[in-house]
Order: sequence, then structure tokens, then C-alpha cells
Amino acid sequence: MSEERFVSRGFVGKRRGGEKKDRIPPGQYLTNDFPVLSAGPTPYTPLDRWTFTIDGLVKEKVAWSWQEFIKLPMQSYVVDISCVTKWTHLDMKWEGVSLDALLEHVELDRKAMFVTAYSDGGYTTNLPLTDIINGQSFIALKYDDKPLAPEHGGPARMVVPHLYFWKSAKWVRGIHLMEKDKPGFWETAGYHNHADPWKEQRYWND
Amino acid sequence: MKPTLDWQIASITNIRPETVKVKSFTLTLPAWTRHRAGQHYDVRLTAEDSYQTQRSYSIASEPEREGEVDITVERINDGEVSTYLHDVLVPGDYIEVRGPIGGYFVWEAGLLPAPLLLIAGGSGVVPLMSMLRHRAAAGARNATVLLYSSRNLEDIIYVNELEKLRSANNGLQILHTLTRSQPPGWKGYARRIDEEMLREVASPLGEAVQVFICGPTLMVESAANALVKVGIDPDQIRTERFGPTGG
Repeated sequence: MSEERFVSRGFVGKRRGGEKKDRIPPGQYLTNDFPVLSAGPTPYTPLDRWTFTIDGLVKEKVAWSWQEFIKLPMQSYVVDISCVTKWTHLDMKWEGVSLDALLEHVELDRKAMFVTAYSDGGYTTNLPLTDIINGQSFIALKYDDKPLAPEHGGPARMVVPHLYFWKSAKWVRGIHLMEKDKPGFWETAGYHNHADPWKEQRYWND
Repeated sequence: MKPTLDWQIASITNIRPETVKVKSFTLTLPAWTRHRAGQHYDVRLTAEDSYQTQRSYSIASEPEREGEVDITVERINDGEVSTYLHDVLVPGDYIEVRGPIGGYFVWEAGLLPAPLLLIAGGSGVVPLMSMLRHRAAAGARNATVLLYSSRNLEDIIYVNELEKLRSANNGLQILHTLTRSQPPGWKGYARRIDEEMLREVASPLGEAVQVFICGPTLMVESAANALVKVGIDPDQIRTERFGPTGG
């Protein structure tokens, strides 16, 4: 683009957010809705066939049934979420199991550096291991005190609040640990590999 | 090679009303790149004091048109960007954009395109219109149905052009449903898109049908669920949410 600063003639803007505006990443706008964005139909997997698996570069893979999973220690989370489609929703209230708690059940291979989160319906997204540990991500089973609705990723969604929301895989069924990074569904379709909203990492080369 | 998506300053060379709440804007682009039907552009507005905001808008025009694209925008009463585009922008103004963006909700005519089912709710018709314009420009004759849900007759976007495309007799069928009010003698559907309607519409297109659905969340959700029930492979159904949230 040109070196001169561009100003949109006559644009003032709504500037929603007030004193919370410092929590809104660049280019985002505040909403109180919970918009739904999916690439295809919502999958419906019966809970008696649902499992969550950690495999790949681990000494022994582990899998939980739904009944086992809901007995794991749940935590409450209140987090800000930003979607690459430009909405930001502050203070979203979730309940779920932290990835730290889940990873305690496996012995990681020293070479494990990246994960692919994979979902019913075939969706995948890739994340560096360092972006999902130390309290940075969880598997959500509840939103706003209610079981997570299917269109929002229920029964279980991996939530990684510090990255654009497509990294928070709906209908998640497991994570696969790898030595090398492997771009997922949107990451191979033009969207940024890392997706930090504060750096506006929306698309390739951002 | 990953393409870069630099911001560029487009000039507004045409603005025309589509309905009371919807206008189309022609953006002439200094660095035009051919898009794929279904893709969008990001629009960024900057105020005098550097405050910025962005939105995404689907491309309405066909990729065959060089040097410019049309976006079609519904005015959201409480909106920040759509109100600016509708109420302030005039031909000769400039806006900052980047694109084309999106690599999944896209359709290309190709050599022997499969039957195509396009399902639109309200302004969700915009990316599907790009597909229909592309289909016409590419001379495709694959069986294609647009099932388009609007509230009232006067809310139908592109109503005349859709009729023109249909009457070209190249395999395109257009089915309207009006969910709120219907004019006297209305022959189309008069209810929300449901399983029975989708069964009627999808069955003649066969098992290989490719489906694109764009509209408000509830409509997309229920149409996609119903199509899976009707027996269409979920992998053949692509969805995009479109609509008033935030605007």
C-alpha cells in the first residue's frame, strides 16, 4: 500500500468497548453474540461412541470415553475470544479440562513439538505444543453453565483463547503429537499458521 | 508460493441499490487479482485519529470481470461499517481493502461440473451470486438449483438478474421461498427452508450434488442438518455464515 496514511473520508466509527477497548485486538469489533462459523454440516456423534485420544509422539497413547472424560478435574475459565471474521467477545465463560491435566496422563517423547487437534467431520488445526500448555488451552464441555451446543462444537471443543478462534477445534476428538508442524484445514486454505490476534496474523504472510 | 494480501486503496466507481436495505458497490482495484467465486474481501476503515475497524464482505461479481469487483452489502441498523458504506460513501470515494480471501467456500466451473445446489438466506445469496455469474460467464450447463429464502418479495436481492440468468435456459432453476409475506398469486414456497423442501429440491440433482449454503446461522444449521438426513454426504456440503451480526 502507499506510504501516505489513508483516512476514510467521513468515517468516525462506533468505538464500542469503552474502557475495555484495550482488550480488543486490532481490526476487531466487540460483540455480545456468539456467531457460528463452520465449513460444513455439524457432526453428531453419540456420546457412547465418543472418545478423546492423545497419541503420536507419546510413550503410550491414552483414550478416554465420555463417561471417563467428564470425571476428569473441571475448571472454570473466563476468557476473551477473537474470531478471524473480526468479532471479539469478552469474558466468555467456559468449563472444561485443561490440556495440562490431560497431558499428565502421557509421557511425551522429547521430540514432540507440535500438535494437530482433530475433530468429527474431518476438521484439523495445528498448534505448537508451547501454545497449548501452561494453562493456555482446555477442552470445553460447557459454555455459560450449559452443555456446549453442537453448533458451537459440542460435546467438546478445544479452546485456545489467545489465538484466533479457528484454532479452537469444534467437535474435538483428540490431539496428535508430532515432531514437525503440519498445517491444518484453514492453515492450508490461506489462513495464518500461528494466528495471534494481537499481531493480526489472519492470513498467509501476515 | 504463498500469495501476499496487501492492503490496497480501491476507488468506488459505482453504487447501486439492490433492495431498500442492500446496495452493491463496484471497487476498482489498482492490484486486481482474479478471485474464485465464493471468496471475500476485507474492508478496513480508518478515522482521522487512526481508529480502525475491519469487516469481511463477499464478492458478488464473477472472476471473469477484470480490474474490479462488486461487493453487495446489507445495511445493519446498528452497524459500524455497513452504515458507513451505505450512508457516507459516494462514487469517487476510496476505501482500503485486501483480498481475495478464503479457500474453501469456493466453486469453479471447471470442465465437467457436478450438479450444483446453492441455498441462500437473505444476503447470504451474495457469494452464491458470484458462483452463478461465474457459471454463466464460463458457459457451464450443469444442472444447478438456487433455493433462495427471503422474508418478503421486495427483499429479494438481484431479482431481475436472477430471472435473466434462469431464462438463459442453461440448466439453472431458481426457487424462491418467502417466509414472512407473499404477494397474491405467489407460486413459490412460503415457509422456512425445511427437510421436506430440501428433499424435493435436492433429489433430482442426484448423489454427486455439490452444495453451498450461506445465510444466517439458524438457517445454515437447519439446512445442512436436513441435507445430511436426506442422504447427502457431509463432505459435499460447504457452509458459510453470513448476516447481520455486528455488520
